[in-house]
Amino acid sequence: MSGAEFVPISLPPLLIGIFAAVACALPGNFLLLRRQALIGDAISHVVLPGIVVAFLVTGVISTWPMMVGAAAAAIVAVVLIEAIRRLGRIEPGAAMGVVFTSMFAAGVLLLEQSDTSSVHLDVEHALYGNLESLIWLDATGWASLWDLDALAHLPPELPRMAITLVVVALFTTLFWRPLKLSTFDEGFARTLGLRTDLLGLALVIVAAVAAVAAFDAVGSIIVIAMFICPPAAARMMTNRLEHQVGWSVLFAVLSAVGGYVLAGYGPLWLGAQDAVSAAGMIATISGLILALTALFGPCRARSGAPQDA
Amino acid sequence: MIADALLLQLGYNATLVAIGATLLGLAAGAAGTFLFLRKRALVSDAISHATLPGVGLAFIVMVAMGGDGRNLLGLLAGSALSAWIGLLCLGWLVRRTRLAEDAAIGAVLSVFFGFGIVILTVIQTMSSGRQAGLESFLLGSTAGMLRADAAIIAIGGAIIVALIVLLRRPMTLVAFDADFAVAQGLPVARLDLAMMGLVMAVTVVGLKIVGLILIVALLIIPPVTARFWSERSDRVVLLSGLVGGLSGFVGAAVSASAPNLPTGPIIVLVSFAFFVASLLLAPGRGVLAEVLRHLRFRKRVHLRQGLLALAQGQPIYEPLTLRLLRRAGLARADGVATETGRARAAKALRDERRWQVVRGDQAYEAVAALYDGLRDIETVLTGDQIAEVDRVIGRPQGVPA
Repeated sequence: MSGAEFVPISLPPLLIGIFAAVACALPGNFLLLRRQALIGDAISHVVLPGIVVAFLVTGVISTWPMMVGAAAAAIVAVVLIEAIRRLGRIEPGAAMGVVFTSMFAAGVLLLEQSDTSSVHLDVEHALYGNLESLIWLDATGWASLWDLDALAHLPPELPRMAITLVVVALFTTLFWRPLKLSTFDEGFARTLGLRTDLLGLALVIVAAVAAVAAFDAVGSIIVIAMFICPPAAARMMTNRLEHQVGWSVLFAVLSAVGGYVLAGYGPLWLGAQDAVSAAGMIATISGLILALTALFGPCRARSGAPQDA
Repeated sequence: MIADALLLQLGYNATLVAIGATLLGLAAGAAGTFLFLRKRALVSDAISHATLPGVGLAFIVMVAMGGDGRNLLGLLAGSALSAWIGLLCLGWLVRRTRLAEDAAIGAVLSVFFGFGIVILTVIQTMSSGRQAGLESFLLGSTAGMLRADAAIIAIGGAIIVALIVLLRRPMTLVAFDADFAVAQGLPVARLDLAMMGLVMAVTVVGLKIVGLILIVALLIIPPVTARFWSERSDRVVLLSGLVGGLSGFVGAAVSASAPNLPTGPIIVLVSFAFFVASLLLAPGRGVLAEVLRHLRFRKRVHLRQGLLALAQGQPIYEPLTLRLLRRAGLARADGVATETGRARAAKALRDERRWQVVRGDQAYEAVAALYDGLRDIETVLTGDQIAEVDRVIGRPQGVPA
């Protein structure tokens, strides 16, 4: 494929997919080890009422109010889950289930009640995103990458996702040691004087930021898959956190690239005419990677567990 | 309008939906209870999302065989098959790899759902078959529900409830103490699978009405709600079924009463309202009961401490204590004890002295353990024993004024 075709049509969605996948996989590593893997699932459900409310308040589909609404909804959900867990003395999984399903139902109801038929806002879009449509119309070829005029018309999701990735990566590097300590031995981290509660909250907030930004670009299904599958697959490959994070980034990039290419060109190879959903394909590929590592990964078994358990 | 709906006066379709939703809620509430008691509530999330590829594949197969792909029974069979595969994957990941259950749930959920979406987009490009409306399985759709659909839901719900009645004792045992169940010789792994099978059946039956994303709510919210009202597992199962059935009925009725009220979300929100009401108002475990209990406890502590202060002639500075004493008629506004107050204060001080003796005497060891500074000594010792204690203390010596 020539640059004239690749740069405007495939490069932006590919990059957005990679950035989103890595931005979700990085915090996913810690959430996985802390047994909070389903936070990503919960956040991606409650984002819907957030953006619907933001739309009803402002009356327009624009990015920033929706991001603020989604982030606010995520925070409300975290607070509600915690409140229900403490007030009702209910186990965290069930409290989470109560909150995110109810908020999602409220979002769907609001969406049906409000007149959103004229604008592009529906549940399917929220679920699958529209990765394929994020094209860069002003590009003419590889040379456009150095052309400031053309660069100004990049899909806005691309720089936003890149910034999100930088923020998430910075958080992970800056707080690497405290995060690692508090993830593996919270009691010890506390005796060293670390504020483990604040750190845990910060981690959830960073995850929420990544989820909301990625959700806007690629839909919630990739968010859930990327929070869990690459870190889980990486966990099967190594016992060292540093290596696990490295593997998870590799797997996230592989899923994004492989999923996008297979969704776009796979059906053509099989003789069909139309592409399939890139978001769904990326999630599927990440699942295949997880399945392979679960079957053959060197560290797949629980250490100390009997092999035939 | 709502009254009409609640009395099933809104026509044939609304009545069908209401009956179906009630039965579905009943089955979901009862089946979900065991999942909740086993602390695996979110497994239902993985199961429900895993139905999507099955729906799509069943559609493709039915179209390939020459139908129009809209046979509900066929679609449900496909969804059951893929949910079962998802369940097996989940169990395998948890047992054979180092992944914790929550990670395995998330992995199965996202991958199956993603694959399902791929299949749905494949179907959208197919030329044959009436593919429109397959997305309605995501959020459910009750418009144009057929009598045959309602019959499938009703029969499915009835079978699920019957199976729960049959399996309730072993499933309760597994939910509370799996190790003990193993020791009793119960096939715990198979019972777990049966429990999951019931949940899967509820999910599949509920696809048409509430859709696969929200069916989780019907499996989780009613049990959590019922748990507030009882400490006995059989009653929780019953109550949970009741809450689920009622939510289904009220939700279906409300959604039929006005346009733009989708059935699934309304049912979920009705059950959420039941949940909030229970969280606040339930006796025993509710927030209001907890607050009242706390206030009562605080009152007893303040009265007791106030009486002891009166008895020893110490001034009381705490305004709450003074207010409580005054309201009980034990002290005047300036903090001086009334006649009753002096009598009660003397009694409180003597009781405190009695407790001191009791706690210092090995013979009363069991009773002494009950001392918490508030308990009346008459409730733990007999009259004879108190007389015994009083002999040790000696006669009353008058209260300092």
